[in-house]
Amino acid sequence: MSGPLGPKLAIARAVGALSRLRGGGATSVPGKVLTRLEPDAIGLLGARLSRGSVLISATNGKTTTAAMLASILKRAGLPLVHNRAGANMAGGIASTLLAAAHGRAGIDGELGLFEVDEFWLAQLVAQLRPRAILLGNLFRDQLDRYGELETIAERWAKTLQENPGRDARLVLNADDPMVADLGRARADAEGSANRSAADVVYFGVDDNSLALPHMAHAADAKHCRNCGAPYSFDAVYLGHLGHYRCPSCGQARPAPIVRATDVHLEGVRAARFMLHTPAGAAEVALPLPGLYNVYNALAAAALAYALDVSLETIVAGLQNTRAAFGRAETVTLSATEPGGETVERELRILLVKNPAGANEVLRTLALEPGEHDLLGVLNDNTADGRDVSWVWDADFELLAGRVRRATCSGTRAAELAVRLKYAGVELARIEVQPELATALSMALGGREEEEEEEEEEGTAGGAPAPGPRAPLYALPTYTAMLALRDLLAERGVTGSALT
Amino acid sequence: MSTASRTLRVCALYPDLMNIYADRGNLLVIERRCVWRGIPFQLTSCGLSEPLDADAHDLFYLGGGQDRDQVLCTEDLLATKRDALHAAAARGAIVLGICGGYQLLGRSYELSPGEQIAGVGLLDVRTVREDGPRLIGNVAIEVTLDGEKAVLAGFENHGGRTRLGVDQAPLGRVLRGYGNDGHSGFEGARSGNTIGTYLHGPLLPKNVWFADWLIATALGLDRQELLPLDDTLEREAHESARIAAHA
Repeated sequence: MSGPLGPKLAIARAVGALSRLRGGGATSVPGKVLTRLEPDAIGLLGARLSRGSVLISATNGKTTTAAMLASILKRAGLPLVHNRAGANMAGGIASTLLAAAHGRAGIDGELGLFEVDEFWLAQLVAQLRPRAILLGNLFRDQLDRYGELETIAERWAKTLQENPGRDARLVLNADDPMVADLGRARADAEGSANRSAADVVYFGVDDNSLALPHMAHAADAKHCRNCGAPYSFDAVYLGHLGHYRCPSCGQARPAPIVRATDVHLEGVRAARFMLHTPAGAAEVALPLPGLYNVYNALAAAALAYALDVSLETIVAGLQNTRAAFGRAETVTLSATEPGGETVERELRILLVKNPAGANEVLRTLALEPGEHDLLGVLNDNTADGRDVSWVWDADFELLAGRVRRATCSGTRAAELAVRLKYAGVELARIEVQPELATALSMALGGREEEEEEEEEEGTAGGAPAPGPRAPLYALPTYTAMLALRDLLAERGVTGSALT
Repeated sequence: MSTASRTLRVCALYPDLMNIYADRGNLLVIERRCVWRGIPFQLTSCGLSEPLDADAHDLFYLGGGQDRDQVLCTEDLLATKRDALHAAAARGAIVLGICGGYQLLGRSYELSPGEQIAGVGLLDVRTVREDGPRLIGNVAIEVTLDGEKAVLAGFENHGGRTRLGVDQAPLGRVLRGYGNDGHSGFEGARSGNTIGTYLHGPLLPKNVWFADWLIATALGLDRQELLPLDDTLEREAHESARIAAHA
């Protein structure tokens, strides 16, 4: 590509500023302009990072794992360039680098920490030549966009075998057969310039008290990638994650060196576990809920370990992680009671976007005692996946009998309502309101917004009025989560109010 | 109103492998709608290498799977279940194939260019590969069942293009979306009570009238003989699926 980079950076910045002025909020705009002007911009800017880059990919947990790592690495004194807003395709990463770059060769930060969309891993590995790659899990997700799991696994395997992917240190989830298998080729890799690349850092859970009675319905990766025979599972922890071996070829879960034992899940708020690394063991009190966040924490700890961060710093970083954007975020809202009285009400936002992720959110919710008020928001925009069939693979049955009131919203509100009905939630407890602002008011308890006609028909079964102070749980898909945050911002609840 | 409470016996073929597009939603809708009406419901699964009893079920269900699983199931279908499926179809049992299941009910299925596998042969269709993108999106079709026209709405996502044999009837006419091959205007295939379609999403929660048609037909009843249910939410879901398809 001809021409100096400087003027191209200036043009991309100007277009980005213009786009923001015109109300375009997309963080990827300047990066998209830049990569059009200079296709290797990511590589050129990434090369300015004195300590190189690390990449994180997975179906679920990318943003949270990266947030945990950022918390750890900042404590370790590493200045980061990090795409924290979750813009994880080439445009978003180029924007992040562009914002940090200055002068002819400068950049504000020493290490690049990038979460990467599963589909974009190959391209970003080629450009960024990362020193380490963390791969967390592969679950069934947005089949209309990503295609089959095995297709992604094949693409990842190819990326890791080729230059420069083969020189990156690998951090892999031992409990996900499809992900762990990607490390198999490393053991006998030849021609790698980086000798430590041969040592894969595996992480996994060792706690049989967590084992599920049977594999979730939507589990994938049940067959050995090596020989095709069905795996035999000694324990299933989450989706298809667990302890497995292939009875046919002997392929088995690799022994992880970064492990969690003694896991205690504390409802929708927190989790505790013992973290083991070759440097020792320590208890971690994680301010995020659910086994899925224990896996995210293990992943972050394993990558930090691979970067030679001390166990003490890892634990402190994990314990001080804040909820990422829409992932178990909590805000406090004022709601109007039927009597006109204003009360404070907690709203907990739990992003749901695919069966495996939704199941963990539902499992975590089910740990909380009593009946819950839910605001489910099902959108079918491109970023959500146009195909809403995944809600039928998610185990909403876990909440049957535990729902006080479910307000269903979003572009496919009725489909979600039907899903809840067939999962066993009483019809009288389900309401449909596609328009999100109205649905939020209804769910919070602003009964005056309901039409009388609905009052007669919809609640004839006597849905109990929601109590004033019980939290409202919002389960939005991705674009619904963004819309919900915009609504909260309009109500004056901003990011600073997030705990 | 029929008070006959003969059990509806459903057999899910390879439910652990052929389930990629939330096929269990279809089975759940049939089950709940039977239970709500007091119709005894029985679900049996039949997996790899298990024999299939042609007379033990009223409805045979075959969903879609990943390519690797689909090949495993095809080999097994031909080896252990083909004759039973033909016998079941011949006595009027319902055989419903969705997406990959539809392809496997046909004569042949092209896995990759030049690599063809034989299907069960209950429907006179052949699925081939063509250059061009996968056919993905919301879809609505018009079907005629028992002389009545009605709309099925759903989602399709298939790389294969399915061609009907000269005497093979489609399931319906495409209103919006791609259908069998993106240009013929036909979707699915139907021979008697053997039905194949690309519509998932899943199909039955969005089209409960069709779930009821399947239940009634499998029990040898008329749809009007089934106890009516409160389908307010289901009708809204059907409407929103049609709106998504712009139909």
